[in-house]
Amino acid sequence: MSALADPQAVATLPKKQSRFWKKMRANPAALLGGALVLFFVAVAALAPVLPIADPIATDWGAVRQAPSAAHLFGTDEIGRDVLSRMVWGAQASLLAGVVSVAIAVCLGVPLGVMAGYMGGWTDAAISRVTEALLAAPFLILAIALAAFLGPSLTNAMIAIGLSAMPIFIRLSRAQTMVVMTEDYVESARAVGLKPLALVSRYILPNIFPPILVQATLTIATAIIAEASLSFLGLGQQPPTPSWGSMLNVAKNFLEQAPWMALYPGAGIFLVVLGFNLLGDGLRDALDPRDH
Amino acid sequence: MTTILSARDLRKEFVTARPIFGAPTVVRAVDGVSLDIEQGETFAIVGESGCGKSTLARLLLRLIKPSGGEVWYDGEDLAHVDEGRMRSLRRDLQFIFQDPFSSLNPQMSVGALIEEPLRVHGMGTQEERRARVAELLTRVGLTPAHADRYPHEFSGGQRQRIGIARALASGPTVLIGDEPVSALDVSIQAQVVNLLEDLKDEFGLTLVVIAHDLAVIRHMADRVAVMYLGEIVECAPANTLYQQPRHPYTETLLAAIPVASYGARRARTVVEGDPPNPISPPPGCRFHTRCPYATDLCRSDRPTLTKLADGRQVACHHAETLTLKGLTSVEPARSAGAAARFALYAKGIAAATTAEPNNNPKSNV
Repeated sequence: MSALADPQAVATLPKKQSRFWKKMRANPAALLGGALVLFFVAVAALAPVLPIADPIATDWGAVRQAPSAAHLFGTDEIGRDVLSRMVWGAQASLLAGVVSVAIAVCLGVPLGVMAGYMGGWTDAAISRVTEALLAAPFLILAIALAAFLGPSLTNAMIAIGLSAMPIFIRLSRAQTMVVMTEDYVESARAVGLKPLALVSRYILPNIFPPILVQATLTIATAIIAEASLSFLGLGQQPPTPSWGSMLNVAKNFLEQAPWMALYPGAGIFLVVLGFNLLGDGLRDALDPRDH
Repeated sequence: MTTILSARDLRKEFVTARPIFGAPTVVRAVDGVSLDIEQGETFAIVGESGCGKSTLARLLLRLIKPSGGEVWYDGEDLAHVDEGRMRSLRRDLQFIFQDPFSSLNPQMSVGALIEEPLRVHGMGTQEERRARVAELLTRVGLTPAHADRYPHEFSGGQRQRIGIARALASGPTVLIGDEPVSALDVSIQAQVVNLLEDLKDEFGLTLVVIAHDLAVIRHMADRVAVMYLGEIVECAPANTLYQQPRHPYTETLLAAIPVASYGARRARTVVEGDPPNPISPPPGCRFHTRCPYATDLCRSDRPTLTKLADGRQVACHHAETLTLKGLTSVEPARSAGAAARFALYAKGIAAATTAEPNNNPKSNV
């Protein structure tokens, strides 16, 4: 080991952080996505302090009213303010989308990487269980799990997360197996890296991009799934709103009161779009290869 | 000369198919290889594709686990030490990969890649490690500023230099290169070969090079082992091996080197077909199916690698009696007309070479 003789010869740290922000700033789509996500998160968080009507107060004199000055987004079939329900519903929907996907990723990716990395019996066991889970349709599995756990938003999120997990197991297993064939994994062993360091420094960063994309897509599925569970009484408990449950009720009144469906639908659309754009932007910004 | 790394009866079998009924299909990629690598030498292992040379390289460093046999380094059997001990031994034993495009983690900066072996083995403080990275980058012909960049920003030759810097970082004593230059352009090959030779002298390395390019090997190696179908058929100092091969297979390999001289031809030994399937290698000498000198003995008895009087090792029943040509050039048989034209051409070339100074008006003054 030589001392710091020549200051000019000393390598500086990779400027990863600045690279990341530079790339994010240069990507308008990612910024738009980030803004959308941020907007809905802010709305959901600020729901208690926003000057809006009570989301569960019914008004039999104002049933299914079209948008007006009094009710900007109109009212629903029992006279509740749709704007107010949208704002409060954002909480449940964002939670259902993000938390359940987080559960799916946090459980699925380690299991998938383990299966792909270790192979043999570990792989066989994990893969067979995954296939068994995949044999049941996503929503049926979620309903069964939610019914088993009991009706509440938390349990719905766990049920959705567990049902979405097999996709992440499969994806990360396949990606791990691809990365394992690369010479750089062998080079990691050749320098004496321990298996855990090898997985965290060589495998996870290289399988990250497709998982991120899958996660942003699954957020949309999860929000819709929460709606279905709410509809069955297994998700957010009425009268507390969620976008999904609002949409489910609204579909009965599409002709008489289209605004009831329009706003929750647009909300889900924008949140999902926001997460997708943000996810794509993150993937590109975190990839050292330029595009 | 002391032996630094040696293999004893090293074997690797790959199971390619495991049917429910019947015996599994086994490929003997490396079948009983023994060799001794001397400290400070450049030892080359050559052979055609699929002869098991890359497998042998990986077995020597236990990047894959041998099916049998031993690898001795510094009083320890690498084939049988536990994983933890093997990891710390990797500080002394490093590997250079063939493909510079897939052997560097694309997610890590060059600095991080080169620093990694130092960090893994807990060498130096952060400051010292960075200084060492800068020093290594300079040494392999890059600049310290390159540490911030990522592998995809470099050419193949530069990436291979990064790979070499990474392999050198922990201060190894043995460096094994699996065709370290074969993926590079010919002009870059020469640079990297020269770099490896310089580094070998500078760091006192022992170099083991796997290759199929005999010209590169002749330039680099002190000793050469020739592999065929998972076995070593001949092992000898490079000079004598090239001048006077003792195994018919070595002879055919050497005969395949093109001569870069006009009109020159190599004495050719005719060897036809592909190497036999390693799943069911032929009985007796494995080369007998393609050997022009094969006898009945070769078809039934498998020769072992034996030491000849001059210290070379050959696995051939007839090593002592066969006269092989090696790198001798012969004048090809030509028709009278062709011979005349070649003679004319030779004369022209000779005239041009000697007359050149006179053609230059300034030198005439």
